Amino acid sequence: MTDRQILNRNLAQMLKGGVIMDVTNAQEAEIAEAAGAVAVMALERVPSDIRRDGGVARMSDPKLIKEIKSAVSIPVMAKVRIGHIVEAEILEALGIDYIDESEVLTPADDLYHLDKHAFKSPFVCGARNLGEALRRIGEGAAMIRTKGEAGTGNVVEAVRHMRTMMGQIRLLQNLPREEWMSFAKEQGAPYELVAEVAAGGRLPVVNFAAGGIATPADAALMMKLGSEGVFVGSGIFRSGDPAKRAKAIVLATSYYNDPKIVAEVSEDLGEAMSGIDIKTIPAEQTFAERGW
Amino acid sequence: MQSVGVLALQGSFSEHLTKLAQLTEVLPVAVKTAADLEQVDRLILPGGESTAISRLLQRTGLSELLKRRVKEGLPVWGTCAGLILLAKNIVGEQPHLGVMDITVRRNAYGSQLNSFSCRQLLPALGTEPLPLVFIRAPWIERVGEQTEILGEYAGHIIAARQGKLLATSFHPELTDSDAVYRYFLQL
Repeated sequence: MTDRQILNRNLAQMLKGGVIMDVTNAQEAEIAEAAGAVAVMALERVPSDIRRDGGVARMSDPKLIKEIKSAVSIPVMAKVRIGHIVEAEILEALGIDYIDESEVLTPADDLYHLDKHAFKSPFVCGARNLGEALRRIGEGAAMIRTKGEAGTGNVVEAVRHMRTMMGQIRLLQNLPREEWMSFAKEQGAPYELVAEVAAGGRLPVVNFAAGGIATPADAALMMKLGSEGVFVGSGIFRSGDPAKRAKAIVLATSYYNDPKIVAEVSEDLGEAMSGIDIKTIPAEQTFAERGW
Repeated sequence: MQSVGVLALQGSFSEHLTKLAQLTEVLPVAVKTAADLEQVDRLILPGGESTAISRLLQRTGLSELLKRRVKEGLPVWGTCAGLILLAKNIVGEQPHLGVMDITVRRNAYGSQLNSFSCRQLLPALGTEPLPLVFIRAPWIERVGEQTEILGEYAGHIIAARQGKLLATSFHPELTDSDAVYRYFLQL
């Protein structure tokens, strides 16, 4: 592993226990930073708006990303379409702190993800299970987030993906060595990374939860299930009182094991974003299915 | 046996706890509450995001308690974000705990693309060259009269000590060296 890859994994380690918030302008970025976000994701539209508007979702305008970068001192992330080499080159040229190769945007390549080793910037990628996570890490991702189903305000898919990932890690840890190769084959994962997880009992990179987290209790739930931090997209700035909800989610993420604190911060937060039952979303419109 | 706390609200606290567990005569303690903070003999403020950790310290009331314990002589070591929390002056920003007479510049080297690692001998901290990891790191621009400079890299101060307070802009918790831990434990 190169020094650059280690440094990029190290930055994700510094974000642990924190909340990364989607923001669509400099003012929201300042609210997020003041609430205690560890990073912001600069976007033109939050996932629930992308879902509502339909059409092709692309990388944000560099002008918007620059404005958000100059508004805050915390790391700024931004999304590129799966496989869009040039969008990633643009974000690297802007000096972005982390690039999210994201299924929330419309994929640019229906076969291949980015060769993330080719970049100096760190990448975070979504995954629904261990195999998908290890394929992305094999391609050079320095951080993983479970996908959930973004823009729904419904945590059920995030839970399913985190439970799947953690369950597969626990299973792998208990397999004798001669079964690792078949496990790698079944999961479609690089053997060396399978061996690393079997020995270490954890992903080789930091793993956050994303996709559907809308309340402090949702954030604490994901931490309890083994997540090392959370991404909150539409859940904050599509709710009644974003500043208050953002602060509450930050506290609940740090103190996920203290129900008294989670109860206290959950009080009187105003309206949460309205949610969507996953079953009502046609299969071809789910974001989590994007990625290979 | 002494109990060494690591502030466990956000950031690289588990890495520090793992390093402490490898040392003898040390009981590592994850510090999340006032009760935890009251009982430790030493405290490490980990790497992470200083704004996030500072907000959490304020909202939980741990900030005032920590300042009191520093006044009473609790040895505290801040790494990266922890160094920023300790500083009396931060360029362009309000200080957080404001207990150590240093002036700090945040993200002094630039964005993540400017993060780097190297090896350098810091004679005050050990006889072997130390692995130094800088992640969106700050540097110390100036120190007060009571503060001793422990290390510089490329013309900037990266480690300092004032009484029982230790500050490093790099991350020993991310390396295989325990030199700075041993230095801190004898403060």
